[in-house]
Amino acid sequence: MSEEKILLAHGSGGKLSHDLIQKLFLPLFLNPPFEPLDDSAEIPDQKKRLAFTTDSYVVNPLFFPGGDIGKLAVCGTVNDLSMKGAIPSYLSLSFIIEEGFPIELLKKIISSIHATAKVAGVKIVTGDTKVVEHGAADQLFINTAGIGWIKEGVSLSSKNARPGDAILLSGYIGDHEMAILSQREGFQFQEALKSDCAPLNDLVQKMLDVCPAIRCMRDPTRGGLATILNEIASMSNVGIVIEEEKIPIRESVRGISELLGLDPLYLANEGKLICICPSGAEGDLLKVMRSHPLGKEAHLIGKVTEENRKKVVLKTLIGGHRILDMLTGSQYPRIC
Amino acid sequence: MKFVDEFRIQEIAKGLIERIKKASTKPVQLMEVCGTHTVSIFRYGIRGLLPEQIRLISGPGCPVCVTPNSDIDLAIALCRQKDVILTTFGDMMKVPGSTSSLQKEKAEGKDIRIIYSSLEVLRIAKENPEKKVVFFAIGFETTSPTIAVAILRTKEMGIPNLFFLNSQKRIPPALYALLQLRQVKINGLILPGHVSTILGKAPYQFISKEFSIPAVITGFEPLDILQGIWMLVRQIEENRSEIEIQYKRIVKEEGNLVAQAKIDEVFEKADGHWRGIGRIPESGYRFKEAFQTMDARAFDVEVEPSKEHPECLCGEVLQGIKIPLECRLFKKVCHPENPIGPCMVSIEGTCHTFFKYQ
Amino acid sequence: MCLGVPGRIIEIEKTMAKVDVAGFLREISLDLCPDVSVGEYVLIHTGFAIQKVDEEDAKETLELLKKMVQAI
Repeated sequence: MSEEKILLAHGSGGKLSHDLIQKLFLPLFLNPPFEPLDDSAEIPDQKKRLAFTTDSYVVNPLFFPGGDIGKLAVCGTVNDLSMKGAIPSYLSLSFIIEEGFPIELLKKIISSIHATAKVAGVKIVTGDTKVVEHGAADQLFINTAGIGWIKEGVSLSSKNARPGDAILLSGYIGDHEMAILSQREGFQFQEALKSDCAPLNDLVQKMLDVCPAIRCMRDPTRGGLATILNEIASMSNVGIVIEEEKIPIRESVRGISELLGLDPLYLANEGKLICICPSGAEGDLLKVMRSHPLGKEAHLIGKVTEENRKKVVLKTLIGGHRILDMLTGSQYPRIC
Repeated sequence: MKFVDEFRIQEIAKGLIERIKKASTKPVQLMEVCGTHTVSIFRYGIRGLLPEQIRLISGPGCPVCVTPNSDIDLAIALCRQKDVILTTFGDMMKVPGSTSSLQKEKAEGKDIRIIYSSLEVLRIAKENPEKKVVFFAIGFETTSPTIAVAILRTKEMGIPNLFFLNSQKRIPPALYALLQLRQVKINGLILPGHVSTILGKAPYQFISKEFSIPAVITGFEPLDILQGIWMLVRQIEENRSEIEIQYKRIVKEEGNLVAQAKIDEVFEKADGHWRGIGRIPESGYRFKEAFQTMDARAFDVEVEPSKEHPECLCGEVLQGIKIPLECRLFKKVCHPENPIGPCMVSIEGTCHTFFKYQ
Repeated sequence: MCLGVPGRIIEIEKTMAKVDVAGFLREISLDLCPDVSVGEYVLIHTGFAIQKVDEEDAKETLELLKKMVQAI
């Protein structure tokens, strides 16, 4: 019994390509009036401020606890749009597949994309599939691009942080990278550690509803909390102080980090956000965040300061201070 | 986490710092020998919490950092052999040899595997009978017994294709050499808790007897380190010089006798080569006769002549004579993305720690 | 390099044990620390237990620290 495999001809543009699209993609991604087989999608909406982003997904392994490359490809792009305050609307979806890839797995990935897009309320309106010869790519890569509309009165940017602002974090950090690492290394847990991979657009809109004056939102993906805070400090020309004891980290994530000598502050997340808001707004925002399933463990973790410009300072558990630098190098490649 | 979180409590830390301030009447220099201590001290911001007159300096206790260029060049030469799989701990990957590094070799397709436990090499050797598997074994006495167990198992199980490139080091002889040089003033020593877990107290007696320097075997949590410093300050103020144990929950007076026996079964003392310091008598291990067939140094490979960057100060930094800020390469040419010397590579290296936390 | 982390033994089979480090499970060797039983804590270094954690001594150290701090 031979398993169905992706062949080079599946990406040739000929009959097999057509079959693949007709059978696998179209049943899930028909969004009238969009005509998915046209060379490009026509976007009818004509609102003022458009957010547009793209990202490629190369995570290894393709399936991991709490998600898979398909779910990640939707969440990642939806979250990038959301961090700009945009309401994500349309996504493009593009595959690069290694010849020989099992069609059964491709099906699983596509249905995961479909399910996640539904949860996030986005439509996949255009796409592409290329197949490369064996060895020219590792199994399967995905690229998604996304478009969203930014509401009137909302302006989020890493340049907007001002001294006195509060810094909020939406929950446990490090789950995604640790879940991937654990899957790859065959680590076991008392309770399964799952990636936090999730679309943040609903949480973001609820936060913007209660506080349209939010200055900046970022999702701490590669490089983790420490790296993203450094970017904000540097782009806004401000200092940032955070308190180690306020940062939510799961016990098991701390356990492996201690054992392997990793710092959770640099681990990647795929369903968390950092929010910088004017001082005074943090109470209302925390209330909204904690009542949302993706923000239950939200915390006020620090503040923006006048001093230590372009630097992030961590107040340690025992009351000492240290500079938190950006991530330098990476021990574990291909986490997203 | 049990036995971890209790030793990170801010209230007690504050109290301990108060006690240290009260007890300390004169300027002192304390050396933390172990790289794991250096990381902890920076990670918790301990230097900034201590009174100014207590200065902490970092010592030679990073096994990656002290591995000489010639050994890294040999490992590189070995991994270039077609039938060799080289295995090592992750930290060694980025260390620059004379012209290459294991990371660069891996990118070029050489079979190099990172392991988390010494026993993993047995599995790799069994799974690849047509290859020669070489374990580039570095480490201090904490790690040596685990390597000894791997070697004993290899013999018991009769695995013919597993070899060891032994570059292990012994801490007490290096400390002896360092103290004898008297290049840097040391008023007290924070001794490595996990090396001492294996060794116990006995091998350090020379520190108090010959050099009259107080020393405390110390754990790695912030309260451990603060208590260790307080114990040192007390010894200094009371004109005592003893070997005390702060890390009592782990370190026993006699150490771990089972582990010591495993080391003795496989290795005998030999001179060791330390980067930047040179040859130190009895600071390394060589195979006892029964295990010499597993010695990867017996492989016939051509190794490039080894050379080091003329301006790199890792040698002086390892001895506590210079700090990274005094090196012309530091942060300018040498940074974690482009390390020139090993102290910038290892996450426990003094240069890396200064770069990251200072 | 000399990292060591305490974990609780939850299963022993010959010279190997399963340990729990804050919910993270790991197989380790007991070759260097043979006299341990299920429920006890050991210090783990590169896949080996290298010493038993002495609960009594840990308690004593903490008591001492607390007393020192209270005495200020």
